[in-house]
Amino acid sequence: MQTFSFDPVTLPPAAAELRREVRDFLAEHNARRSPLDRAQSWSGSDPEFSRKMGEAGFIGMVWPKKYGGHERSSFERYVMLEEMLVAGAPVGAHWVADRQSGPLLLRFGTEEQRQKYLPPVTRGEMFYCIGMSEPDSGSDLASVRSKAVKVDGGFLITGRKIWTSGAHTAHVMIGLFRTGSNPDGRQEGLTQFLIDLRAPDGTDLKARNNIQVRPIRSLLGEHHFNEVTFDEAFVPDSQVVGKVDNGWSQVMSELAFERSGPERYLSSIQLVLEMIRELSSNPTPQGHAAVGRLIAHLSTLRQMSVSVAAKLNAGLDPALEGSIVKDLGAVFEQEIPAIAQAIFNVEPRIGKHASDLEQVMGFLVQNSVSYSMRGGTREILRGIIARGLGLR
Amino acid sequence: MSEIGVMLGDTVNRLFGGMVTAQLLASAEDGVWPAALWKAVEEAGLTLPLVSEKRGGVGCSWLDARVVLHGAGQHMAPIPLAETILAGWLLDCAGIEPPMGPMSIACAAPDAALHLYRESDGWRLDGVCPRVPWGGAAQHVVVVAMAEGAVRVALLAQGDYQVTPEKNMAREPRDTLRFAHAPVAACDAAPGLPENAVELYGAMIRAVQIGGALERALVESVKYANDRVQFGKPIGKFQAVQQNLAMLADEVAACGAAGSAACAAVDKSLRSNNPADVWLRIASAKARAGEGAGKGASIAHQAHGAFGFTYEHVLHFATRRLWSWRAEFGTGDHWAAGLGRRVVEIGADNLWETLTATD
Repeated sequence: MQTFSFDPVTLPPAAAELRREVRDFLAEHNARRSPLDRAQSWSGSDPEFSRKMGEAGFIGMVWPKKYGGHERSSFERYVMLEEMLVAGAPVGAHWVADRQSGPLLLRFGTEEQRQKYLPPVTRGEMFYCIGMSEPDSGSDLASVRSKAVKVDGGFLITGRKIWTSGAHTAHVMIGLFRTGSNPDGRQEGLTQFLIDLRAPDGTDLKARNNIQVRPIRSLLGEHHFNEVTFDEAFVPDSQVVGKVDNGWSQVMSELAFERSGPERYLSSIQLVLEMIRELSSNPTPQGHAAVGRLIAHLSTLRQMSVSVAAKLNAGLDPALEGSIVKDLGAVFEQEIPAIAQAIFNVEPRIGKHASDLEQVMGFLVQNSVSYSMRGGTREILRGIIARGLGLR
Repeated sequence: MSEIGVMLGDTVNRLFGGMVTAQLLASAEDGVWPAALWKAVEEAGLTLPLVSEKRGGVGCSWLDARVVLHGAGQHMAPIPLAETILAGWLLDCAGIEPPMGPMSIACAAPDAALHLYRESDGWRLDGVCPRVPWGGAAQHVVVVAMAEGAVRVALLAQGDYQVTPEKNMAREPRDTLRFAHAPVAACDAAPGLPENAVELYGAMIRAVQIGGALERALVESVKYANDRVQFGKPIGKFQAVQQNLAMLADEVAACGAAGSAACAAVDKSLRSNNPADVWLRIASAKARAGEGAGKGASIAHQAHGAFGFTYEHVLHFATRRLWSWRAEFGTGDHWAAGLGRRVVEIGADNLWETLTATD
């Protein structure tokens, strides 16, 4: 049985100072956002807000200065993120680039790729999407079939990617494609590519590159997801990320950053805040007990998540701890709407005539079912944990 | 963890691993005081980790001492080790040198109070303390009470109060102590402590012990799932069992983290000489551990099938403690309700500021 530990972490003094800075920034740029909009959490997207964050130095915070970064500690980045998420700021546009694509390029990209693709991210001007899942490859990612065939000077990509958040607005996709000749190669023979979808000025390059994007609306009627189809799209050799056929291990290192951040337990924080507001005017003993229990979970999850961040920062591989945080975090985020329902006799509603509490509940009752799928399903995470326990 | 923490952890695991057998646990439940175990623990220097060196202790942090509390929970040691550690710390806070031997801590029932007062020949105590862990076996008991305008820590010796033996579900002694004009062996003011220090820090040591006992339940469950063969393979190979045990691991992780965070917060407030909001962290830890104890114990029993329901199997020594400890020094729900009142009072706009204030 593998042991796991969540040692308490003391944040460096610079973190407290930064927290003030971020709060001032939010007071200036996020004050007028409605509770319902805030409930979108990191799915909420506003390119203008991203540009302001870029100006303030809040994107690429831990990256080297020569690529537009700010060389701050990952704890400072953590503090910035949690403040943004608790405030329900629209950080969605640059989210993927800041969290995983940038770090991926820093680790595996060429110097030319870093020069070209990182500085615009830090300015909040270039947005990424991730092409991993396919119609027949979800949790079983190693079964992807979309392929990249070697031709003179590059590759021809053919196939379909699905659940691609933000593909309709993104400038770049980092996609995983099969390059090995053996279609049953599973983890072997996969390669990551940087694929241009838009020019820096926003000009759409997709049609020209034989790429089609079709919206997939969520059950709320919202458009975040897409299906992206490639029909012999040409991608030059210079766009290979890392090594040809080495995509699997690169993707796995990317996922470690995806599983334990503050976004894994703060997605429903807006409803907790609305519950506290409601209890301020209508206090009940069961309301106090229910909200207090949520605060106990919230504060524990935060400790755990910061502790994993410290391990990542120290170059360790806390895959097991990260899976535990994400599993517990998603359960927490998902149970909040039902708890709100149990202590307040209100109907979750849509439409602007509803109260803030009703609207936020209405959104989260529907949206939160997705929180235990994105970034690894609950079943996959628990499988990882069971492996750590020595059961598989 | 510091070097001292690692060392304490090794000592605890070696000592308890060898001595706390199912046989010892069963005899302790029948009321036999495990004298050899206590002697070994005291000789190994595990009883006063938080007491400053000048008063005969080790002078380490709560985060280091946590290792001993966790180990005591994990090995289900049937001695008042956690209580002695807390009692020693409370005495140290008041500048009183702790005596050797097992100690306990006592607080009055929620609706009652202790009356600590001075007479010409010294301090006296009146009052009734229910559910005192090892109240009869302890050679000394420590209480905290307001007297003459200050929070004071008082030490009383066995024989100076009346003991009515009772037990919790794990058959650990939880005695009622009656103090009637009881002479106080030592007493002094402890400026940093709140009046409810015994309940507050009692909740913290139980939260940490729950993390330990729950980890034991997990270890036993994994072992059983790997050994028990049904349908031609170990039941741990079935996904349904794997998913349940993963949830148990989640609870172990959360309870452990909540207890550690509380200990770290207390250390921090001691270092900065600022009695900051340790209450919030301790309340969170007990609320979280109380919930995890129940959820986790259920999963562990489900994994063990009927064998875990027998006295023969060791699992119940852990789970009966979990069911008892989650209610001691305030149930998880009791602390959660307090947390809820506190955050509603603070208000939604100040919630995050408050939660991050003890960073």
